[in-house]
Amino acid sequence: MTDLNQYNFAYLDEQTKRMIRRALLKALAIPGYQVPFASREMPMPYGWGTGGVQVSAACLTPEDRFKVIDQGADDTTNAVSIRKFFERTAGVETTERTAEATVIQTRHRIPEEPLGEGQILVYQVPIPEPLRFLEPRETETRKMHALEEYGLMHVKLYEDIARHGKIATSYAYPVKVQGRYVMDPSPIPKFDNPKMEMAAIQLFGAGREQRIYAVPPYTSVVSLDFEDHPFEASKVDQPCALCGAGDTYLDEVIMDDEGGRMFVCSDTDYCATRRAEGHLGALGVPAEDSAA
Amino acid sequence: MTPLLDVRNIAKRYGARIGCADVSFDLYPGEVMGIVGESGSGKSTLLNCLAGHLEPDAGEVLFDTRAEGPRDTVTMSEPERRMLARTDWAFVHQNARDGLRMGVSAGGNVGERLMAVGARHYGQIREQALDWLERVEIAPDRIDDRPSAFSGGMQQRLQIARNLVTGPRLVFMDEPTGGLDVSVQARLLDLLRGLVRQMGLSAIIVTHDLAVVRLLADRLMVMKSGRVVETGLTDQVLDDPQHAYTQLLVSSVLQV
Repeated sequence: MTDLNQYNFAYLDEQTKRMIRRALLKALAIPGYQVPFASREMPMPYGWGTGGVQVSAACLTPEDRFKVIDQGADDTTNAVSIRKFFERTAGVETTERTAEATVIQTRHRIPEEPLGEGQILVYQVPIPEPLRFLEPRETETRKMHALEEYGLMHVKLYEDIARHGKIATSYAYPVKVQGRYVMDPSPIPKFDNPKMEMAAIQLFGAGREQRIYAVPPYTSVVSLDFEDHPFEASKVDQPCALCGAGDTYLDEVIMDDEGGRMFVCSDTDYCATRRAEGHLGALGVPAEDSAA
Repeated sequence: MTPLLDVRNIAKRYGARIGCADVSFDLYPGEVMGIVGESGSGKSTLLNCLAGHLEPDAGEVLFDTRAEGPRDTVTMSEPERRMLARTDWAFVHQNARDGLRMGVSAGGNVGERLMAVGARHYGQIREQALDWLERVEIAPDRIDDRPSAFSGGMQQRLQIARNLVTGPRLVFMDEPTGGLDVSVQARLLDLLRGLVRQMGLSAIIVTHDLAVVRLLADRLMVMKSGRVVETGLTDQVLDDPQHAYTQLLVSSVLQV
């Protein structure tokens, strides 16, 4: 099955890619606006990143270097299978290093290392509509976007504070793009929200919901909040146990069934790079000794 | 004095059938207008046309806006109409579930309109929500409960608080006391009457309950088969009905 002639470059046929590119251009022209597109059936189940895969397929060129991250990690099932998919169907080079990649498909994280111009970050989005859980009617949510009626979004934050004493929404935290559209940043932790004002192009693909939206480089992305309960990019108040970094988003790893746990960088590439540079956390082993 | 609402020849048809036809009236600031009639007489159709929920086939609804004076709300752009609907207008549904967000706490329900017009200070929103819950006689410790945990009467009072929080000038009410038992009805009417007088609200109340209009309405309009058959001061119409249908309506009320 590795015979490249059996597939068009990057799996999708050229007509489909053109259709997706048109949607992408429109999305970039109207930052934060959800552009409908004719999502195709992909050889993977919905929820595994079919939207992101289609956007990546439409963006990739043979010269690109591709990276896939799943919850920050390069080596989890989702990341490995999508990376293999494009290795086979597009024959592009792949990498695990953020700085070397030109197209990065991500699920639930933005890499710790700042992205630069010339890089594209593709998000996998499960539910693109930030107002969905408050207003189930699509006709109504579209009207609300069109008329900029976003009071309802604050009702959700109000409910959070009323129930938990603070804004407890910790992922998929709603943002306002370029002062106009309220957008769901996909389920990234709110720690990553401030990073969305970046130099790279950000594209969002929702396969099941058939929507594409985008944030062009250097576009203002403001997290919604209240004057007396301002937005806070929260994380666990600990350094990474492996590399000692104090400013990264951490995953909790359960060590045993007696309550033992450790916090490690969720961005595996960033953590490995720091360890290779000689940084060491409380439980870390020097890079040359580790088997990985 | 300019009327707050000037309705001219409103008509709405459902295919060949008439919803309402040739309805015209004025409503002045501070005035409460009652619309009575049997089921299917076009009361609710008329109310929905006035409130912008339905588009009338003919006629004008001139509303005296704060900024620009009388404007026809039928030909007004949708954003403007929706803006009016959440600032100067209020709509109280018969069924509180239609007017409330059942998945959102009482405080959130009251605060929604404030947030919709730009309030972004949690403490102030909550303070106003508490103030309004008190005014509609809901205990302050219920502020974080969902409306589904409320009784029917409380839900209706919550709906009223949610509608009046932005200080509207015109309230549309569709059978506000429908489906409530009599003692709860009486309390609600008392509350409504107090609020209407205190805030100097203008209101249009659609109901089939003559007692409700007797208590609340200054003027009365009787509808039958989509047309207005009699108008006048409430007491005048109820005590000395002229039209045969009004006479029937008044005599149909059971005297206890």
